[in-house]
Amino acid sequence: MTEPAIRARALSRHFGEVIAVDGVDLDVPSGEIYGFLGPNGSGKTTIIRMLCGLLTPTAGEVSVLKLNIPAEAEALRRKIGYMTQKFSLYDELTVAENMMFMARVHGLSRGAARTRIKQLLDRYGLTAMRDRFAGAMSGGQRQRLALAVATLHSPTVLFLDEPTSAVDPENRRDFWEKLFDLSDAGTTILVSTHYMDEAERCHQLAILETGHLRKHGTPRTLMAELDGRVIEISGPNLRQVKEQAMQLPEVQSAAQQGLQLRILLRAAARDPIAGLRAQLGDGALRYAVTKPSLEDVFVASTHGGDGG
Amino acid sequence: MSVLSRLEAIASKEFKQLARDRVTFGMIVMIPLMQLLLFGYAINTEVRNIPIAIVDQSGSAGARNITEQVRVTQVVEIVDYYATPKEAEEALVAGKVSAVLVLPHNLAQRAASGEPVGQWLVDGSDTMVGSALLALRSMPLQMVAGVPQGAYQGATPSFEVALFFNPERRSEVNIVPGLTAIILTMTLVLFTSAALVRERERGNLELLITTPISPLELMVGKLLPYIVVGLVQVTIILGLGQLVFGVAFQGELLSLAAITLPFIAANLALGLLISTRATTQLQAMQLTFFILMPSILLSGFMFPYAAMPLPAQYIAEVLPATHYMRLIRGVFLRGAETGQLLADTLWLVGFTLVMLVIATKRFRKSLD
Repeated sequence: MTEPAIRARALSRHFGEVIAVDGVDLDVPSGEIYGFLGPNGSGKTTIIRMLCGLLTPTAGEVSVLKLNIPAEAEALRRKIGYMTQKFSLYDELTVAENMMFMARVHGLSRGAARTRIKQLLDRYGLTAMRDRFAGAMSGGQRQRLALAVATLHSPTVLFLDEPTSAVDPENRRDFWEKLFDLSDAGTTILVSTHYMDEAERCHQLAILETGHLRKHGTPRTLMAELDGRVIEISGPNLRQVKEQAMQLPEVQSAAQQGLQLRILLRAAARDPIAGLRAQLGDGALRYAVTKPSLEDVFVASTHGGDGG
Repeated sequence: MSVLSRLEAIASKEFKQLARDRVTFGMIVMIPLMQLLLFGYAINTEVRNIPIAIVDQSGSAGARNITEQVRVTQVVEIVDYYATPKEAEEALVAGKVSAVLVLPHNLAQRAASGEPVGQWLVDGSDTMVGSALLALRSMPLQMVAGVPQGAYQGATPSFEVALFFNPERRSEVNIVPGLTAIILTMTLVLFTSAALVRERERGNLELLITTPISPLELMVGKLLPYIVVGLVQVTIILGLGQLVFGVAFQGELLSLAAITLPFIAANLALGLLISTRATTQLQAMQLTFFILMPSILLSGFMFPYAAMPLPAQYIAEVLPATHYMRLIRGVFLRGAETGQLLADTLWLVGFTLVMLVIATKRFRKSLD
């Protein structure tokens, strides 16, 4: 494999007493879509800001595109695009004006900027609203504009911080199509999210919790690791069964999903159903080993499951 | 080339935002209008209708003549007549009158020999009243009846220097150019002090600092549109000053531009420095008032610079408004050339550069 596009070792960041990021190692291969999955406050934004050179790490090393960060951050700025969590373009400028402004700030000549803007307006379906004020657009439109602006100068690496948090599912699908187009063209993309369905689309994934990187790998591998640990129970009195299950030491979490109770075991057992059946009783309950989901991976690798 | 391109990008973006922000745009025009009318009409440093009493011991026609002449100045209002200076003094102590004019028995004789014709007894506790009456002391008196033409020349002192450029003692003449300094300080520092803070609050800055833009490009680019704003305001103030108050500009337009541009730049740079320090727009506003108050009080707008104690003069010397106050009064009223006022102009240019350098150094392209 070639040199990773983004590499971090023992990366930490403290804000006074608070440790926002603690000893994170990271390798993002070139050209892949790499996801950060984690709840609010897990350190996703802080890590992205450190990788962009916006925040100085308290400890650890970062190199992006072989550039030492933050020492060589200025050289990196020409090669990266950044989409902030909060919409950060100007509400009182139109779509085209925002794009022209950012293109010129990135040093594109007026002529080159015009060509590029036309191309991007078309690609992101913004041509019809080129003279609309950014402040008057919907969440999905703003997000397409933000992505268009982030890619104006054809960056090699894109950092997207929760790009779809204010977007409906339909627009999210479209958005991911655009990301795969970019990835296909060779752009490395680091995207943070707290949506499981989004995380599952990534080539690789890192699960973050309270500033720690708990687990990483392809979504498929991560899910396969849990084979034999997820059991679905259906039948009457599921709320009661859940209470009982939570008392068992081998159960990491139990969560109801519609008519099923989904049990995550702490370790794979040879015959997981037999063990559970012995303790929760047979009665009218039906047991089945089921395919692990990314949510199971998330629960298994964070402490989230402990309290139920 | 890309430097110019970025400067132009920032400046034109800033200009569009400004033009679309109706409140700010309104302030650019309304602040000078309101201030000029308020200050021009309301702040009147002329003192009128001071209550006085007359003690006429001569009872002559000449005394009545002088009394009448004092009355028509409107500076004083004669509220009482007393027979003896002693009674008058008591009224003065009691606060019934602020001053007493005593005209002695030998009035005609004194007038003939050119001696002062009378004595003012003045309550000096209000300095404004005091100085107004001090000015009356040198009031040119018309011929007193019974005294030959020309005999009274000695008792009529010549002009004071303070009256030289403003013979009618109209305060607007001094206030209109002075207001230019105050209004520019108020609006320009306020606008730019909010400039960076607003981008930080709205999150624009986080995106902007991931681009190759340099802090200096950002600073200068933000400053450029406001130079135009400053020029528009100067035009409004001086135009209105002539229209409403009849205060005519007597100098060279070029000189006016040569002193005004550095002053505008100095205020904008100062605002930018505040902007790098403040974390919210409210803080920026508070810091602006911290600059504004001394600019109004110490710059020579309200009180004469020379009359201030030394420490106040030192503080005043740091404020751009003080330097501009000297410059604009020189150029505006006396028609002085910029060359004569080079020191203050250069000081403003230097101030601008220093503020810009500090603001640029303080501005980090990071969120640390």
